Amino acid sequence: MKYFQALKLIGLILVVYLVLQFLIILEIINPYWQQILCCALIIAVSALGLNLIYGFTGQFSLGHAAFYGLGAYLSAYISKTIQSGSPLVLLLGMTSGAILSGLVAFLIGLPILRLRSDYLGIATLGFGIIVKIFFDNADALIPSLGGSRGMIGIPKLTTFAWVYFIFIIAVILLRNLVDSSIGRALVSIREDEVAAEAVGINTTKYKTIGFIIGCSYAGVAGALYAHLYSFLHPANFDFLKSIDVMLIIVLGGLGSISGTIITAIAWTFLLEGLRVVLPEAILDWRLVIYPLLLIIVMLIRPKGIFGGKEFKLLRPKLITK
Amino acid sequence: MTQLQKGVQKVQNCSRPLLAIRKLTKYFGGLKAVANFDLDLNQGELVGLIGPNGAGKTTVFNLITGMYIPTTGSIKFQGEEITGLKPHKIARLGITRTFQNIRLFPELTVLDNVRIAYHHHTQCGLFHTLFRTRTFRHEEQELTQKAKEFLAIFGLETRWNEISKNLPYGEQRRLEIARALVSEPKLLLLDEPAAGMNPFEVNQLMQLIAWIRDRFRLTILLIEHQMRVVMGICERVVVMDFGEIIAQGKPEEVQNDPKVIEAYLGKVTVAG
Repeated sequence: MKYFQALKLIGLILVVYLVLQFLIILEIINPYWQQILCCALIIAVSALGLNLIYGFTGQFSLGHAAFYGLGAYLSAYISKTIQSGSPLVLLLGMTSGAILSGLVAFLIGLPILRLRSDYLGIATLGFGIIVKIFFDNADALIPSLGGSRGMIGIPKLTTFAWVYFIFIIAVILLRNLVDSSIGRALVSIREDEVAAEAVGINTTKYKTIGFIIGCSYAGVAGALYAHLYSFLHPANFDFLKSIDVMLIIVLGGLGSISGTIITAIAWTFLLEGLRVVLPEAILDWRLVIYPLLLIIVMLIRPKGIFGGKEFKLLRPKLITK
Repeated sequence: MTQLQKGVQKVQNCSRPLLAIRKLTKYFGGLKAVANFDLDLNQGELVGLIGPNGAGKTTVFNLITGMYIPTTGSIKFQGEEITGLKPHKIARLGITRTFQNIRLFPELTVLDNVRIAYHHHTQCGLFHTLFRTRTFRHEEQELTQKAKEFLAIFGLETRWNEISKNLPYGEQRRLEIARALVSEPKLLLLDEPAAGMNPFEVNQLMQLIAWIRDRFRLTILLIEHQMRVVMGICERVVVMDFGEIIAQGKPEEVQNDPKVIEAYLGKVTVAG
């Protein structure tokens, strides 16, 4: 029974992949929309990471784009230096991006995760600004990073297949983590930090673990992003981008994997879709329409679209004999 | 350590109090919350800690459980200095507590509230967790099984899948006590367990406290305002006022102590 379910899941994942790939080959999904689709899934991976940090562990972070940027710049630097079109370079880039983001998360997490809610938000925001300024001036240190002119000539290694399967792996690993004893320790910190300590949870340790894993997700997503557009600019990693990701997880419902996935995809397509749908004259109103939508969604569903609920596939199952 | 030395230490452990607090003092800025607080708790005792509002009772709890760091003084548990340890370390050593205003994990199920308290007994690291290995599944099964059995002891087994904030008040209290007992502590601190309960629930609670004490071989320190509870189950009562101990002894002795009456009711001045 258990194996049958696993097979069914693998089957579903492959069928969805083949259908999408087929549509891409037939150019029913043209290269432009393919890029948007990839971008949506990449943002979803990054947002899943932030959902682990804020939605599950309850640590308010406004510096997520900085970790996304660290992954992007490091992986781009690696593939530009190696100068090879092999997809293995992308794999290396993602791994090192994840490690760098995780390491930096560990180092800054140690002092700042002691702070609570809004104060932690301000501290992470500050960290994000520091990283952005570092990217702006990175060419002084390493000329190929491009600084405020942007980094060019990154090999386009990101394909739909890479993005799709990394996304699937990210979802499965996060689900496995959340529905486990470690995951419950993380959630207990969100629910009541004092009570968690009182029942023997080392809250400092688990906050740090949650933060590191969440930021590594951003690092992987950043690496995919860098090799999708082959161009990086510091403006893509400023604090407004952190707020975008925060918006996605709050809209989707904190602590809901399904919500994050759906909202990340819907949000990316909405922004691009409005460009197509709206007549030329009011195109600039795009950026007014989407905040309005945010307000409406929050009024109708204050706990987010999914409100902490999950699709059946992602729901935690009680493992019994 | 030789066999003999071990034996000697064992004997010493028996005669030594489970918890020994000496000259415990805590200042919040200029405010003296607890001063020169001395207390010995012997194995198996049920002691009540009473006093008017703001006397420093909960501060004492927070100091014992490591949530506050004392300004001066020492707390020894089973002969070991625990002052300055992190709360989760102290909990793992065997001191757990409940809170004045119930602190469950409100959005989680009854089962998960208990499973979280089991967490530090689990061995599986990140690798086993992320990749759902056989070891992980096995441990998770066992954990769930144990947690459900534990809930049954407290008559909460039918409620396991309920979100804990939706439980009736009395059951929330019971769940909080159950959660504190998961790790089989030696010392349990109860902060106003009867607060907000009706007389019927209070009776049930008193039975529960007496029962868990035998069942888990506990030593219990209890803060309580309802005199019925204190007088009914405590063997010894410690009275605090303005951060200091003003009286202690058997419940009936303390009840008639003029200092205690003064602390609760104010000074009686007789005219003439």
